[in-house]
Amino acid sequence: MLSIHEVLETIKMIDEECLDVRTITMGISLLDCADADIGKSCEKIYDKITRLAKDLVSCGEQIEKEYGIPIINKRISVTPIAMLLAVSGGDPILYAQTLERCAREVGVNFIGGYSALVQKGFSAGDKELMLSIPEALEKTDHVCASVNVGSTKAGINMDAVKLMGEIVKESAQRTKDRDCIGAAKLVVFCNAPEDNPFMAGAFHGVGEADCVINVGVSGPGVVRAVLAKADKDLPMNEIADLIKRTAFKITRMGQLVGSLASKRLGVPFGIVDLSLAPTPEVGDSVAHILEEMGLENCGGYGTTACLAMLNDAVKKGGVMASSSVGGLSGAFIPVSEDAGMIAAAKGGHLCLEKLEAMTAVCSVGLDMIVIPGDTSSEIISGMIADEAAIGMVNSKTTAVRVIPAIGKQVGDELSFGGLLGSGPVMRVNTSSCKVMVDRGGRIPAPLQSLKN
Amino acid sequence: MKAVVSVIGKDMTGILARVSQECAQQNANVLEVSQTLLQDMFAMIMLIDIEHLHMPLSDFAAHMERVGKDSGLVIHVMHEDIFHAMHKI
Repeated sequence: MLSIHEVLETIKMIDEECLDVRTITMGISLLDCADADIGKSCEKIYDKITRLAKDLVSCGEQIEKEYGIPIINKRISVTPIAMLLAVSGGDPILYAQTLERCAREVGVNFIGGYSALVQKGFSAGDKELMLSIPEALEKTDHVCASVNVGSTKAGINMDAVKLMGEIVKESAQRTKDRDCIGAAKLVVFCNAPEDNPFMAGAFHGVGEADCVINVGVSGPGVVRAVLAKADKDLPMNEIADLIKRTAFKITRMGQLVGSLASKRLGVPFGIVDLSLAPTPEVGDSVAHILEEMGLENCGGYGTTACLAMLNDAVKKGGVMASSSVGGLSGAFIPVSEDAGMIAAAKGGHLCLEKLEAMTAVCSVGLDMIVIPGDTSSEIISGMIADEAAIGMVNSKTTAVRVIPAIGKQVGDELSFGGLLGSGPVMRVNTSSCKVMVDRGGRIPAPLQSLKN
Repeated sequence: MKAVVSVIGKDMTGILARVSQECAQQNANVLEVSQTLLQDMFAMIMLIDIEHLHMPLSDFAAHMERVGKDSGLVIHVMHEDIFHAMHKI
């Protein structure tokens, strides 16, 4: 028999500490939908997605009710659309509109995979898709786009980096009357994982099975609550142990939900992504975990060390609890989605330079950061190049999701609503990197790539 | 299949009777009961068999939540697997 203490602990985690399964994401391969006729290709995509994902939302809701675990999002990731465009040619916006129709039909929150993988160079369809991203994000509500511009194995495609600076800016520009939401649905990656269930960067890699279920767990609030009860003189290694134990429990729940969903939908189970993903809700913040470890403010000295330990302990605790771990796994630091980060940025304690350092030890990169609307596309490309370099050399995923707040300046604010939250416009170092960005070409793969 | 009914609230006469009666009406067999007092708060967990429940588990959970609200109690009904996953290896 379970003890009262164990039952109450679980209920408290859910009711008071914002424990949830952040997303059940169905990954669907569209390789068999490729057709030289773009109309036929779109038709096959619509048929396949609506057939495989028709019960995804109701299945998630059913599990939620029976097991009492909130499942916040139900999403779909698909094969990078640039690959289908390579076969069909034509107007890529037709693909974006098809994905949007699918999302509306099956009722998912987001559909990811309006993507291109160009780390070593552009192949047919890649550039056309990239250039269409701003229009695709403007004309759709549920479609998310991502572009992988670098990897440890291939180096960094600087032509793509230059282009993406312009695309991020244009995506914001085109949606300036909707708080520049276009740029919030676009991620530029280095070492993008092919089984990531989290948006906006989810896509279904070509090495994946035809259809899989991936689950993203969350729970920063639970970790914070555990640390809040710890004595102030507890050594850091014992803090790491507390995090590990909590991550284990959270992940076991994700594993259970993933296997249930996979069984009920008749689709193989892919991975659990053990990420601490914050929400703007009070008590669900990664920054507050770092502060609970003993920092006055997130962003002060000591932040990178605390984040490194948190990221590592989450993985160590979670990896034993799941049959297969993947995706991004670690701690996210999206500024606008984290109440503690928003407060630290507003208070002047958290700056872009510190966030860049933090991305060397967290699970992703510069995420949901609002920058002044007049930031040049070259500066954005410079940010992308720096982040990609950190990812390339450290063999980790890094990403840039910055939102140029068109018409706004430092001190103003953008509000996206919902899980995307709101963020203050942060100061950007405006020293030019135009000549470097304009050079284009490729940063060769580092020595770390030669592992054979 | 089994579910855990947890009841938390201010201690008063008849809580156990009230909750058991609801379970019986919906054909949920009570297998085990464990209860304690945390200061003046009453906490009880009940393991019930839900194989022959008259309604789907999700409806029963919603029903019991309402019953709890009417009596000033917080009642959760959740599938037992969630607790085993989290606390047992």
